[in-house]
Amino acid sequence: MATPEVISRETGLGDSGYKYGFVTDVESEVIPPGLNEDVIRLISEKKNEPEFMLEWRLRAYRHFLTLVEQEQVPQWANVDYPPIDFQKIVYYAAPKPKVTLKSLDEVDPELLATYEKLGISLEEQKRLAGVAVDAVFDSVSIVTTFKEELAKHGVIFCSFSEAVQNYPDLVKKYLGSVVPYADNFYAALNSAVFSDGSFCYIPKGVRCPYELTTYFRINYAESGQFERTLIVADEGSYVSYLEGCSAPQRDNNQLHAAVVELVAHDNAEIKYSTIQNWYPGDEEGKGGIYNFVTKRGRCQGVNSKISWTQVETGAAITWKYPSVLLQGDNSIGEFYSVALTKGYQQADTGTKMVHMGKNTRSTIISKGISAGHGSNTYRGLVRVNSRADNARNFTQCDSLLIGDQCSAHTTPYVEVRNSSAHLEHEAYTSRVSEDQLFYCNQRGMSTEEANALIINGFCKEVFRQLPLEFAVEATRLMELNLEGAVG
Amino acid sequence: MVLDSPVLEVRNLWASVGDAPILKGVNFRVMPGEVHAIMGPNGSGKSTLANVLAGHPLYQVTEGEVLFRGEDLLSMAPEDRARRGFFLSFQHPIEIAGVRLDQFMRASYNAVQKSRGQEELDALKFDRLVKSKSKLVELDPTLIRRSVNEGFSGGEKKRTEILQMSILEPTLAILDETDSGLDVDALRVVAEGINQLRTTDNAVVVITHYQRILEYIVPDVVNILSNGRFVKSGRRELAFEIEARGYDWLQETEDRVGVGP
Repeated sequence: MATPEVISRETGLGDSGYKYGFVTDVESEVIPPGLNEDVIRLISEKKNEPEFMLEWRLRAYRHFLTLVEQEQVPQWANVDYPPIDFQKIVYYAAPKPKVTLKSLDEVDPELLATYEKLGISLEEQKRLAGVAVDAVFDSVSIVTTFKEELAKHGVIFCSFSEAVQNYPDLVKKYLGSVVPYADNFYAALNSAVFSDGSFCYIPKGVRCPYELTTYFRINYAESGQFERTLIVADEGSYVSYLEGCSAPQRDNNQLHAAVVELVAHDNAEIKYSTIQNWYPGDEEGKGGIYNFVTKRGRCQGVNSKISWTQVETGAAITWKYPSVLLQGDNSIGEFYSVALTKGYQQADTGTKMVHMGKNTRSTIISKGISAGHGSNTYRGLVRVNSRADNARNFTQCDSLLIGDQCSAHTTPYVEVRNSSAHLEHEAYTSRVSEDQLFYCNQRGMSTEEANALIINGFCKEVFRQLPLEFAVEATRLMELNLEGAVG
Repeated sequence: MVLDSPVLEVRNLWASVGDAPILKGVNFRVMPGEVHAIMGPNGSGKSTLANVLAGHPLYQVTEGEVLFRGEDLLSMAPEDRARRGFFLSFQHPIEIAGVRLDQFMRASYNAVQKSRGQEELDALKFDRLVKSKSKLVELDPTLIRRSVNEGFSGGEKKRTEILQMSILEPTLAILDETDSGLDVDALRVVAEGINQLRTTDNAVVVITHYQRILEYIVPDVVNILSNGRFVKSGRRELAFEIEARGYDWLQETEDRVGVGP
């Protein structure tokens, strides 16, 4: 069975330079499009879920229905797209055979080849040292590496489905504790139909010895991907987690509505990094992934810390605000973001830092880059509650414009109810100037090389936050994305 | 014996910004090993000449021809000019936020090396190269870890330009008012640095308002640019004459030439 490279960079057919646009030819188990209670029961049944999960899903679904009836589809973001027909989406697609794999040998070679091609090797001898990977393909996790080594440290890293089977108490305790199903429209949808994702639990006092990585891949044409990730860092523990995403190049828009919840207990730290490279659509803005994601962390314990780093280069539309609830005294929230929009991509992204505990601190560094007809909005909220004495926030949101058809917007919200709060806000918008490009040209660099250099410089503060292996990947990805996009 | 061919040959060069003509028929030739000075009052077109030769997109060449090492310079992209050994030291070096000077210089060096099919250097090897060259212009070593030209003093910017020149080893370097904004000590250091880079094969064009720098970098030819064309050509002594008399007397000469038979 050959893997058809429908349109890929290597074949030279890709007009948008998207390197990951190929389709893997695997037999999939797919349910018909449409959404109703039966579909939810079916998903839950396929996953052999305990009763509490089904009930939770159904509650979420019923809430979702009320939102649909009240036409509560979020309209406030600075993005523009036709209404989504939720009855046309396939809510479950999984490669056959159904996945209860004991070892990598049982994984469909086509799937392994797919990840290999994406630069994610799942084979033992080729694995990146110190990086454990969970590979999610459409609606299911196909394999998680390093599981046993992690177990020795008491670290649980598995697919969400497995967690529901093996650690139902942990799931029950934490699922929806940071992002309740009623949080927002897409969170409700996700809670009803989510299929898989990653689950991590770091026990007390353990510094997770591996970078935990989940690689999400949408393959099936009509499906949405609704993943759910839950990371719990118990007292005094530390974990660094990274997710990567890509999808085939197609003319239709596909919906990716994920929910990520993080919980950090006393003195715990979670570092969560994202390299998002969903298919962005073609040069005319046709196709691409709608990336509507709710990510939130709760610094529940004292001295806890949650740090979000995101590099958003893909997706037709990105709508996400990785946030931190700073509940524990002295807790720290960080948000580092690079969002690149080119072609007709739209991004409305930022963060919410909610200061609840005393002496809580937050840092927001956002770098928006717009090229082509891209539109880039930073939307952020810093809220200081009345009891959050001595809260500190530093916000910097910078925009870089390339060309004269793109746009950058900044919408910072500040709500302060405690007079001891200390907030700083810096922002600038700049343009890659003709003089800068000429200066680089005069020193022998092509305009593309010059743009990449200047943009990487602009993003440096954020890339620096990524784990080393991925900082290199992020830099490379930016360069790939900029090829042909500017000049 | 093969006669030396010119490094640069400029023939009847006309250039404008928008509709405004700035260069109005410039002719000169630079031979290997030569130092060529171009002097002129403000607004005479000195920087325009430098930028046109380097290929700045703001300027349009409306007439004329330029040969660089026998090749048609004007048909080349700016980066191709650089890769073939054409270097411009900027009057106002550009700032690039977030890009470290050493990264910038390595990207530049490797782009040039790559185009010539020569070895590109990793960060470590390049660092060694930079260290060996930095002494030439007595550059503060911490500077190369800072963002390109950001917050640099005038002197630091010019030293950095000459450092880049020393790394790229161009066949032709045009120094656009490298002396402006330098105190006497910095000027001496920079000028001596430039002198050490001179060989019998390369050439330097020094563009300046004042003859001060020419006391250190002794020119073989001095051309006076006024109102977009060369109005007087001479040897080193001409620079002294400018120093003593200013530019106005040349302006008058030109006017007379303009109305003469």
